[in-house]
Amino acid sequence: MITSAIKLSRVTKNFGQTEIIKGIDLEIRDGERHAIIGPNGAGKSTLFNLISGRFPVTSGSIELSGEDITEMDPQSINRKGLSRSFQITNIFPKMSVYENVRCAVLWGLGYKYSFWHRVDGLTDASERTEEIVELIGLKDLRARIAGVLTYAEQRALEIGVTIAGGARVILLDEPTAGMSLTERNDAVDLVRKVTEGKTLVMVEHDMSVVFGLADRISVLVYGQVIATGKPSEIQENSAVQEAYLGTEQK
Amino acid sequence: MMNFAKNNFIWIILVAVFLVLPHVFSQSFALSLMTQMAIAMIFALSYNMLLGQVGLLSFGHAVYYGLGAFFTAHLINWIASGVIWMPISLVPIFGGLCGMFFGFIIGVITTRRPGTPFAMISLGIAEMVAASALMFTAFFGGEAGIDTNRTAGGPLMGVSLSSQIQVYYLVVSWCIFSIIGMYAITRTPLGRMANAVRDNPERAKFLGYNPTRVRWMSMTLAGFFAGLAGSLYIINYEIVTFETLGILESGRVVLMAFIGGIGHFWGPIIGAILVTFLQSALSNYTEAWLLYFGLLFLVIIMFSPGGIAGLIAKHEPVMRANLLGRLVPSYAVVAATGAAMLLGFVSIIEMIYHVESAISGREPMNLFGVIIDPSSSVNSWLVVLFLFVVGTTFFIKSTRIVGKAWEDLGPDLQSKGLL
Repeated sequence: MITSAIKLSRVTKNFGQTEIIKGIDLEIRDGERHAIIGPNGAGKSTLFNLISGRFPVTSGSIELSGEDITEMDPQSINRKGLSRSFQITNIFPKMSVYENVRCAVLWGLGYKYSFWHRVDGLTDASERTEEIVELIGLKDLRARIAGVLTYAEQRALEIGVTIAGGARVILLDEPTAGMSLTERNDAVDLVRKVTEGKTLVMVEHDMSVVFGLADRISVLVYGQVIATGKPSEIQENSAVQEAYLGTEQK
Repeated sequence: MMNFAKNNFIWIILVAVFLVLPHVFSQSFALSLMTQMAIAMIFALSYNMLLGQVGLLSFGHAVYYGLGAFFTAHLINWIASGVIWMPISLVPIFGGLCGMFFGFIIGVITTRRPGTPFAMISLGIAEMVAASALMFTAFFGGEAGIDTNRTAGGPLMGVSLSSQIQVYYLVVSWCIFSIIGMYAITRTPLGRMANAVRDNPERAKFLGYNPTRVRWMSMTLAGFFAGLAGSLYIINYEIVTFETLGILESGRVVLMAFIGGIGHFWGPIIGAILVTFLQSALSNYTEAWLLYFGLLFLVIIMFSPGGIAGLIAKHEPVMRANLLGRLVPSYAVVAATGAAMLLGFVSIIEMIYHVESAISGREPMNLFGVIIDPSSSVNSWLVVLFLFVVGTTFFIKSTRIVGKAWEDLGPDLQSKGLL
């Protein structure tokens, strides 16, 4: 039986009088890599913000592994096993690479708000942090202040921070945006590697990344999902071609 | 043993300095000043737990300090009247718990709104508590305050707190405990997350942390150390008035933190030493000390936002590269021109103060060992004005020499991987 990691039922979001998300029904299967694509202004990032609790929904419901998370705040949703990255790099710029990752690791290991543990003496946290820093390819830059890293390095760090807590469901908002071809290929490899065995939902504009990485794709146009399916099905979908891909793949 | 000494070098030095100081400066004034400095260090560090660690700019931190002092005053009086028994040396724990309680209660309301709202609410609370202190005279003692007798508890292991040296060592013991405690907190998961919340509260939320709770816990802990400092204040002075929890005291701790440097753990300690020294020592020499104090604050904020600790930290890579010698000539020039400018400026201020004074305005004055009569001698005005104008002109020029010296260091620091 296929279980769903995320399930959206008739989700809407209004900003004032403007309806940005128009009654979306969407199911992300457990363990799949799911891409959400669509033209600018389609509501992709807004959808991420609704799922991760950054914005409250206007109506409808959102479930994470069968549990209703519609009314939850971001930290509660994170504790339920969902972690996200941001379209604009969102890290701790004044802290080192190592500290950035360790902050993300600490909650997952149950240290929470502890002020009776010496953080440098937490072997499990140090090992996990070292592991993530190496995984994202920033081992040599572990002591560097995050704010001075290159853009691609900061994006890699953001992915590291996102996965470090051990969340089962990962939301990546345009992980390769603004990267060169080489950086993009590295980023795709990294995303593939770090989301192994997890559920990945990503918003991405680069079609080569989407078709190379995603098991299934949903197409969002003007706040509505017009198609969901495997990459080959999406490529052949006439409504998608007309609304989005047709213009992109000329 | 060697490893312990190596790992704890800085703490060993700190303890040694505290122990040796009274033997170097044994005069009563010096002992009293050093005791005040130690209390100020705890107070300033506790403030930096809010501002430096978690990014909460508070204008009401003296509330916890003052309340800690008032509650401790009553406790000491109960001990004196035999209602309860407790060694006076341990009373600071009670003051700390009182500060912690109020930090916890006030934090519930204030930490929900960081930034400007927090600063304004903290100011409002400070005003409210200070006003209450004058209204509820039974507890706060009105304008006269509450006085105590620190020797009332009797001697404990030979310590009766009857002499200043005993008070000094008691205060210093609590100071060392507090410094180590507050430093240790910065090295815990909460301490790390406090920095994360300070830098990017939204990102912290998406890692599972509740920024409000991190701020609240930091405020509660900061309240503990502020209350503890307040307890030591009452033990030292044996009297506490409403001014101790007032806005001026809250302002003083802001100055200590900023002048010392909020971005470094040791910054507020430097600030506490300097501000207490200026307050106590400078006020003996000039009535205009508050003006110089304000100017020092302005200069630090404008030219070294990281405070004195920030300035020291800036030189760390240069020292590691053994290149400090290349900066010395330019610094010497700046020091010489700066001294001339400062001398001119201070002279002008002191002379204006003297002439303005109704009592001594018509009499000669002693200005840095020179007897002059500013009310009748135009020449003395011309000399100090000349000194100030020439000093300022050359000072501005010489700062460019410093800039150039730093510029020249750039490639060398870069090649050594220190920039």
